[in-house]
Amino acid sequence: MSMDMDITLTVNGEAVSERVEARKTLVDFVREDLGLTGSHVGCEHGVCGACTMRVDGVIVRGCLMLAVQCDGAVVETIEGLSDSGEVADLQAAFEQRNALQCGYCTPGMLTAAQELLQQAQANNAVPSREEIREHISGNYCRCTGYHAIVDAVESVAQERSKARAGAQS
Amino acid sequence: MKPAPFAYKKVRALDEAIALMGENLDARLLAGGQSLMATLNMRLSAPNLLIDINGIGGLDGIARNGDTIEIGALTRHVQAERSDTIARYAPLIARAMPFIGHAAIRNRGTLGGSIAFADPAAELPACLLALDGEVTAQGPKGKRSIRTSDYFKGLYETALGPQEILTAIRLPAADGNTRTGFAELARRHGDYAIVGLAASARADGKGLKDVRLAYFGVGNTPLRATKSEAALAGGDVDAAVAALDLDPHDDIQASAAVKKHLAGVLLRRVAAQLMERQP
Amino acid sequence: MKITPDSPPVLSALDRPNSYIGRAVPRPNLHRLTQGRGQYVSDVTLPRMTHVAFLRSPHAHARIVSIATEAAKKAPGVVAVVTGAELAKVMTPWVGVLTHLKGIKSAPQYPIAVDRACWQGEAVCAVVAKTRAQAEDACELIDIVYEELPAVTDPETALDAATPVIHESLGDNICFERKLDVGEVDKAFAASDAVVEATFVCGRHTGVTTEPRAIIADWNEGEQRLTVYQGTQAPHMMQNLFAKHLDLSESQVRVLTKDVGGSFGIKVHTYADEMATVALARLLKRPVKFVADRIESFVTDIHARDHRIKGKIGVTKDGVITAFEIDDLTGIGPYSVYPRTSGIEANQVVNLTGGPYNCPNYRAQTRVVFQNKNVMCQYRAVGHPIAVAVTEGLVELAAAKIGMDPLEIRRRNLFPDDGYPAQTASGLKLEQLSHHEALAHLDTMINYAGLRAEQKALREKHIYRGIGFASFIEVTNPSAAFYGVGGARITSQDGATVKLDAQGLLTIHSGVTEQGQGTEAVLAQCVASSFGISMDRVRVVTGDTDNTPYGGGTWASRAAGIGGEAAWQAGKALRGNVLAVAGAMLQARPEDLDIRDGVVVDKATGAERLGLDELARVAYFRPDTLPPGFQAELMATRHYVPRGWPFAFTNGIQASYLEVDTDTGFVKLLRHWCVEDCGTIINPQLVDEQIRGGVVQGIGAALFEQCLYDERGQMLNGNMADYLVPMAVEMPDIDCGHVVSPTADSELGAKGAGEAGTAGAPACIMNAINDALRPLGAAPLTDMPFTPGKILAALGKI
Repeated sequence: MSMDMDITLTVNGEAVSERVEARKTLVDFVREDLGLTGSHVGCEHGVCGACTMRVDGVIVRGCLMLAVQCDGAVVETIEGLSDSGEVADLQAAFEQRNALQCGYCTPGMLTAAQELLQQAQANNAVPSREEIREHISGNYCRCTGYHAIVDAVESVAQERSKARAGAQS
Repeated sequence: MKPAPFAYKKVRALDEAIALMGENLDARLLAGGQSLMATLNMRLSAPNLLIDINGIGGLDGIARNGDTIEIGALTRHVQAERSDTIARYAPLIARAMPFIGHAAIRNRGTLGGSIAFADPAAELPACLLALDGEVTAQGPKGKRSIRTSDYFKGLYETALGPQEILTAIRLPAADGNTRTGFAELARRHGDYAIVGLAASARADGKGLKDVRLAYFGVGNTPLRATKSEAALAGGDVDAAVAALDLDPHDDIQASAAVKKHLAGVLLRRVAAQLMERQP
Repeated sequence: MKITPDSPPVLSALDRPNSYIGRAVPRPNLHRLTQGRGQYVSDVTLPRMTHVAFLRSPHAHARIVSIATEAAKKAPGVVAVVTGAELAKVMTPWVGVLTHLKGIKSAPQYPIAVDRACWQGEAVCAVVAKTRAQAEDACELIDIVYEELPAVTDPETALDAATPVIHESLGDNICFERKLDVGEVDKAFAASDAVVEATFVCGRHTGVTTEPRAIIADWNEGEQRLTVYQGTQAPHMMQNLFAKHLDLSESQVRVLTKDVGGSFGIKVHTYADEMATVALARLLKRPVKFVADRIESFVTDIHARDHRIKGKIGVTKDGVITAFEIDDLTGIGPYSVYPRTSGIEANQVVNLTGGPYNCPNYRAQTRVVFQNKNVMCQYRAVGHPIAVAVTEGLVELAAAKIGMDPLEIRRRNLFPDDGYPAQTASGLKLEQLSHHEALAHLDTMINYAGLRAEQKALREKHIYRGIGFASFIEVTNPSAAFYGVGGARITSQDGATVKLDAQGLLTIHSGVTEQGQGTEAVLAQCVASSFGISMDRVRVVTGDTDNTPYGGGTWASRAAGIGGEAAWQAGKALRGNVLAVAGAMLQARPEDLDIRDGVVVDKATGAERLGLDELARVAYFRPDTLPPGFQAELMATRHYVPRGWPFAFTNGIQASYLEVDTDTGFVKLLRHWCVEDCGTIINPQLVDEQIRGGVVQGIGAALFEQCLYDERGQMLNGNMADYLVPMAVEMPDIDCGHVVSPTADSELGAKGAGEAGTAGAPACIMNAINDALRPLGAAPLTDMPFTPGKILAALGKI
């Protein structure tokens, strides 16, 4: 059986066909083969969350999936979420509150936070600070102490909730 | 820290996977991969072939058949977490779910994978033991059911044969008299617990019967505390704590003495949950 | 939610029109990072680049009998397999000593172990291959025969006659020792109403930067030049070291530092594997990349804080502290780390203990010993968390013993705010601190009386909450007294060059670096303010030894205070140069003009006279129209080094409010506060975020983090599942407050703020836990981290 495989997938809306080693993780694939270096490698054992990205609409650890598993999948990285404008308000809130210092955890943190905000949207709810803290507890930040990140996510949750209410009235 | 080379095959049918396992004794099954991938990355495990079973149809899903809940092996944690069926008919699983890892892990990790991996510090194996569930497995000789009491054999060791695939777990569906309790102590949310306790019982007037206490993080497998079960059924929490006969080892997070003490604390907390009237 | 309010400008000299000093402006480099468009070293690839993986010693101490590399050399993708002996021909070894740490000694360290491995994780062979995975594959094919040697692991017995000596040439296992005896310590203890003794233990822990250490070295044989992309805090220091040990001139070495995924002192040292990467590039004449994976990071990134301190305090019944005494012992691994040495942390413990208090009697001893564990060296807030834990732990234990409120005993002993300049018993010179004002501010901020009332009420319900404090002083803005005087080529001065481009925009080149602290924002704020232009028209360049003034980089909280002052002065100098041009063009006296919001204006009326774009157009493209003999100088460089004081000390006080579950020994952090005084605040948001991040690193030390070793020198928890870093849900919200005592050493008056949080938090948490448990008669907890097991033991429950 071959150690290399051909895969075809959609990455940030673009069709991608590549030959990859079976052993290559998804995060190494997007970084090395596609040049999408916004997804970061922090621990390669699923703890730090720096490689958080979306596969078929849900967040995953990019180090705990193989690229070959994503044959046929839809993969979204921070570059895609940025270019589409989907997380523009969240990015602005992070910048406004200095909710990042070195920025290495930030793409994963934003991607994780966006999933919580989407769930809140679906449930028409605003997550509490405690819920925000719990949801981002799979994403390690050594710089900020998390307070500013919680502030930023909370503010966007409130703004999006207001926008929802406005759209409904 | 990159995995050693391996081949990869995504299978579409159980038979295909079973045959491949027969041909490749070093092969490993890949389900959610949330434990396996970390060991591959660290080269703690170096299979020659990964058999990806995620493409096998019909292995995910949660269904009630009369008084049994059947959960397909490929059901992801997040599906169970959001399932009304689980909330209503397998409340112990629902109680345990928020303690398992983090959102991104729960999006990928499978219930079957957790039971097959049988980490002694993991939540779901203990839940299965507490509920007296069954494991359904399929191998070259066909399908069989394994009672939980026969399933957990040792450290990361189960009754599954080398060519057997866990296909589902089956749990008794909860009814109005079902009581469950769950608690664990981990220094950080989402980590493996220092010690945890999953419990089930049936209401018996103002008391309890059929109490099953399954501890995790205190031995090589999830462990029943049978003497304490009897005491608790007798309504005596102090006696239940006194009857705990766990014999944990020291580990990185806590000494055996700490684990034993915390096991007693958890028993009181879980006993209080079992006594509560539950929806 | 609290958004940090802008602080009013403090000094009139800084209060220029459109000043950014004191304003919480967002950092200009953030947008790139939030979009995932940063460029960390781990992201960089170069043509013909190879990857190195290191085979590392599984033993804490072993002789290398033989290394068989034939099979590895034939493995797919392998470019070279290189042993320590082979690499020693390319690069010279180093010894981590400084002359001002009297008597410090260490043994020569090589890029790769030559005949002996001295800790588990030391590199013993390198494989260079086309991919990292292939290099790792080939590492598995190398056959090394080891002869295991006895490992020295316990500092307490490292100096015993029966313990083997790690480096025979050194004669014993002592690296450095220092004794200090000031005032009349014995007499003071004898005259005390109470004497309290306790042994404090700080757990060995490490930095766990989110991006591990990463380096790419590229030797260009044609140019005879080395280019190194490195995630480092000190590019010029590394330039010097690479040149020195490869026998090159510094001009043959360029160090480039782009985005860095966290540093905290981890990335300011010489690592053998990084030196090996550079040597391999020279050897192979092509780019070699090394990115430490997380598992090797745990056994090679410097560790820190592994100290055992016996402490003693004397106090009168009126709460006057009579004397402090400490006996410190630390094991620092088999080598003193180059070039800053592994003696500095112990030295700081001696210097800083008792630091906030006006107590003349102090005796201290420290011993730094070698052992077969990973090396220890300077990590964020070097020595501070240890010294503060000992000092503040003793102060609160003494207060409890005499039945005095913990804030009251501090009020009676902290250096008075109107008594500066002052000097600590250990000899530290203090320019101007504000301990009492900070304490008063904190008292109000936390509603101390209210918290005590709540604590009392809850105790009756068997809910045990604790309130703990920690006053501290913090070393910032180091002068040459830190390293330069000891012979290290680590500069304490820093420079800034500001130029006006042909469209009238500014670029600043600075020798300090950015690892997330907000250095680039601070530089832009300083230049924009002193020159008179909006920040969005200032571009900042750092981290390139070819293109920035010679500087020290970012460590010991020096970037804002030293780099910021150089930038401020350079902006001012360029304003003078530009006004000279404007004067020539407008036939006005330069001193009657100013630059405001990017426009040359009439100083008195503010009337706009000339746009900078027009000025630049004339100066660059039509200089023929300027008066004869007039030369426009549109680039200005200024340097700054603190001269008035060896260090700009800052001060502050922290408070923690927490709840202990007395059944489980688990601690829930409810709230944390810090009031600090870092002098002029250039950007209050950046200061607050330094404090918050620092506090959480300190909380990690107090509750979670510890590098666990067995007696054979094997690290037991070297992965992120077992080494517990703080995650969001266990952390509290953290409120910050400020007092401002500018240093008169610079015009800006800014001191540093990077260490304060980490310095005080562990002591603060410790005191709060002890405060919570005191009514239960628990033995005081002084052995960090405070695990559930230790708390249960103190409560007598196990």
